[in-house]
Amino acid sequence: MKPVVVIEGTAVPLDRSDVDTDQIIPSDWLKRVERTGFEKGLFSEWRDNKDFVLNNADYSGANILLAGPNFGTGSSREHAVWAIQQAGFDAVISPRFGPIFKNNSTKNGLVPVEIESSVAEELMQQVQRDPNLYFVIDIAKRSLEVTQLGITIDFPLESSIQDRFLKGLDDIAITLEHTNAIETFEKHRNSWLQRQ
Amino acid sequence: MGKTLSQKIWNNHLVRSGDGLPDLLYIDLHLIHEVTSPQAFDGLRLNGRKVRRPDLTVATEDHNVPTENIDQPIADEISLKQIETLRNNTKEFGITNFPMGDPHQGIVHVIGPELGLTQPGMTVVCGDSHTSTHGAFGALAFGIGTSEVEHVLATQTLPQPVQETMSITINGELPEGSTAKDVVLAILNEVGTGGGIGAIAEFRGAVVENLSMEGRMTLCNMSIEFGAKAGLIAPDEVTFEYLRGLENCPEGEGWDEAVAYWKTLFTDKDATFDREVVLDGSTITPQVTWGTNPGQVIPVSGSIPNPQDYADPAEREAAERALEYMGLQAGSEMKSISVDTVFIGSCTNSRIEDLRSAAEVAEGRNVANGVRTLVVPGSRVVKEQAEAEGLHKIFIESGFDWREPGCSMCLAMNPDKLTVGERCASTSNRNFEGRQGRGGRTHLVSPRVAVATAIAGHFATPEDLS
Repeated sequence: MKPVVVIEGTAVPLDRSDVDTDQIIPSDWLKRVERTGFEKGLFSEWRDNKDFVLNNADYSGANILLAGPNFGTGSSREHAVWAIQQAGFDAVISPRFGPIFKNNSTKNGLVPVEIESSVAEELMQQVQRDPNLYFVIDIAKRSLEVTQLGITIDFPLESSIQDRFLKGLDDIAITLEHTNAIETFEKHRNSWLQRQ
Repeated sequence: MGKTLSQKIWNNHLVRSGDGLPDLLYIDLHLIHEVTSPQAFDGLRLNGRKVRRPDLTVATEDHNVPTENIDQPIADEISLKQIETLRNNTKEFGITNFPMGDPHQGIVHVIGPELGLTQPGMTVVCGDSHTSTHGAFGALAFGIGTSEVEHVLATQTLPQPVQETMSITINGELPEGSTAKDVVLAILNEVGTGGGIGAIAEFRGAVVENLSMEGRMTLCNMSIEFGAKAGLIAPDEVTFEYLRGLENCPEGEGWDEAVAYWKTLFTDKDATFDREVVLDGSTITPQVTWGTNPGQVIPVSGSIPNPQDYADPAEREAAERALEYMGLQAGSEMKSISVDTVFIGSCTNSRIEDLRSAAEVAEGRNVANGVRTLVVPGSRVVKEQAEAEGLHKIFIESGFDWREPGCSMCLAMNPDKLTVGERCASTSNRNFEGRQGRGGRTHLVSPRVAVATAIAGHFATPEDLS
């Protein structure tokens, strides 16, 4: 994972609640064995509608996805995170995330910014009015700032995840440093759990 | 202070803790399938890493496999490549795979339990959100993404932040004809799709204790639909009886030792939960979803809600969008709505007991004209058991299509799909837009309601049939 320190740019307002991972990337795309090439699959069924917000040229340069509550519920498919990133997004803002999606995001450097519903609703209205609102997401400060609106708020990010973002650390490499502890644990596992 | 069941299992699997890092948990069983593993194996190869414990890793082919003509090569070239990739990866890294057609093949969450791979007190993970199913055995089981699949392959562990605890107690006795599926849909109606986020849910109470293992699996299976990290049930005699004699379970002294340990797996009397939900089981009638998320639930005897009745604007808008997508009018009686298709299957409801309860309703009756039906057993073991009991004959004589095992129309990765506007009563777990095929309209129900609906041609319970 590459380090993620500050994300800045404009946002797309995806004003829907309960956007599940089946919508983010429909299951046809899950047959692929590659890790790239998912950008065209992002919201592919909704994108056929010319009025869908991702088809709106006013938001074409945005790198932040501003979503309603319960974003990324449902299936564990990490393809949803890959599709969002490969389509050019660096962060998703929502009042509440599906837990597996959120976890998958943190493994790939996509920043899940969880904020109060009332602030999210205000941002949604403001971004719908002004596509050029400029967002700054600071990982070190765990803060989201929209200067034009006078908004600066903190968002939760577990310190170990924050550290991985800032340093671009590989989770597996961190765990492999504890191989001795894993070996010790394995010596004491219940005997009936050993499979041939 | 006492500990909850999930805290006990968590603590028993701590490889390390503290130092500003999340807890590192040991994983006892890692189940894999073709969809979420290819990129994980690529990651291992890219970094020159091995699979730490191939002996604790088991693979099967379920999501892509066709449910007809399985003696022929898979026609979809991309699906075929994904299946072949799993075969090559498991061979290269020395992992057992149960391929299409194998006597042990089936949906990953059906075969783990039926082979005795899933046992109380274990940690079980799989790159699939319905891994919570295995919690029915008193295991801590949860779905993971592909990065975590790679992590478990490489280290047999996972770093995990501590979760809150949630108890969901269902007291009393279910009305006759109500099933575990109706219970979990009623829970979803109560807590919504986000009600379990950040917590591990334990199902308790008389209704849960009286469920069979199949019913408990149905209940735990849908924990992720309300966002819970995992769902689990304390093991008891019902659990032990199910496991006794299964291929991968201990025998002799090992069995006694295991049972003695399993009997310590319960929530202490003085333990407390961060969140508590209580339902009265006697009020849970057969349920059905009307919208496009699994929290949009009503009784089969009910009517489609009016979006204007929702106080929360987000819920109101979601309801409006759902009605439009589903092609429904507020106020319509559920039983007046006709269906095009009925699907009986998926990791939620494809086990032998599900098929028995479905066949009981189907026996001596016929599917309504024009209704397409699929009955897809969860595994080859289930299929063979059902055929030994003659259930397939009941289905076939009633006009149901009897298929080969796999995930099938639950998520439309194989040829079994809905078409645009097609309305389906489905025993699966997700009614998301397009889940069963682009433009398809899914209503989640129990196997009993699914069969009654197929026979009536519109939503119905068995009691409505003449």
